[in-house]
Amino acid sequence: MLTQSQAWKVLEAVPDPEIPVISVTELGIVREVELRNGGLHVVVTPTYSGCPATEVIAQSIRDALVDAGAGAVTVETRLAPAWTTDWITDTAKEKLRAYGIAPPGGDAPVGPQPVRFVPRKLACPRCGSTDTVRLSQFGSTACKALYRCQSCLEPFEYFKPI
Amino acid sequence: MNQQMNSPEHIEYVTRIGDNALILGQRMSEWCGHAPVLEEDMALANMSLDLIGQARMLLAHAGKLEGKGRDEDQLAFLRTELNYRNLTLCELPNQDFARTMVRNFLFASFQVLLWERLLTSSDSELAAIAAKSLKEARYHAQHAGDWVIRLGDGTVESHARAQAALDYLWPYTAEFFVTTPADDAVAAAAIGPAWSELEAAWEALVLPVLVEATLTVPARTPFKSFGKFGRHSEHLGHLLSEMQYLQRTYPGAQW
Repeated sequence: MLTQSQAWKVLEAVPDPEIPVISVTELGIVREVELRNGGLHVVVTPTYSGCPATEVIAQSIRDALVDAGAGAVTVETRLAPAWTTDWITDTAKEKLRAYGIAPPGGDAPVGPQPVRFVPRKLACPRCGSTDTVRLSQFGSTACKALYRCQSCLEPFEYFKPI
Repeated sequence: MNQQMNSPEHIEYVTRIGDNALILGQRMSEWCGHAPVLEEDMALANMSLDLIGQARMLLAHAGKLEGKGRDEDQLAFLRTELNYRNLTLCELPNQDFARTMVRNFLFASFQVLLWERLLTSSDSELAAIAAKSLKEARYHAQHAGDWVIRLGDGTVESHARAQAALDYLWPYTAEFFVTTPADDAVAAAAIGPAWSELEAAWEALVLPVLVEATLTVPARTPFKSFGKFGRHSEHLGHLLSEMQYLQRTYPGAQW
């Protein structure tokens, strides 16, 4: 048997399968943990509708809690409220930057958008230069865009705000 | 939830939205490994994933509303052409990159408006799916809108291709706004907007971009397509035969 706070502690060590430097709790996708029928019930919310990591995440959560002695673990996927990058913790944003991924800024395309190839100047996570260009709105996953730094010439990914 | 919730009209409405996402997601995924540049190859594959994820949520919901025990896989893989309710625009062949981008722009702009309206749906599950999908659709519309301008206001060749794409696709957009008797029931139950309600807002979104892309918007003609009524173009059958190949060859296969 685990207590709620012990369960949260366990989840803090479950990495996101695609960005292993941050945990599922830092990503903000674990919404609730409650004791239920002598086991644990965990509510997670998907990042993107088609995110292929969703099922892996549910399995990792189940495995980690069972290994820690939680007994029966159920994982529920809940859509509302929809996940937002605002739920990524500040520490996790710093970890993303150190890992080479520019963390999300506050420029989600809400409302009318200027439709032009002039994306916001992002700071390169490696050298800090803002002389960067967007190469593609979508990078290796739907949640990231691909950029290149004109100063250090390194490509980098940007975790898009959503 | 009121009594209207499980009406056939309600199921039909959700199925249509789900089929649009599924069929365009499948169509767009054909670019995987074939796009002009690697970055766009990945972008198209990622957008396909978004659409297929949305389709999965919507068809799972339609199956629950129907209450006959059909899940999203059964709806996707065991229905035949005549039972699909997607807009004809979604099933048309990709042809070239210009047509793919013009289609994505016309469709994603429509989706942005539809999801915005569905945020307040009386069907709470549909509203939750809308809140999630809206965030994705905005990126799709932005991506395709950028490309429409870049291609339309680009070289002689890219302009000609973008214009040909618009000329080909534009007549199929009339179907977006065709209202059916089912819509009245759905609108009355506050499940979602009647399609015709979206037309003016859609034009306000797409026309300025098409103008900026230096493209000429074709005049409306009496032509109408009827995919949402189950009367499809010749292309859907071919698409389904590939998408459903595994289930047709090994019925009931699971993994």
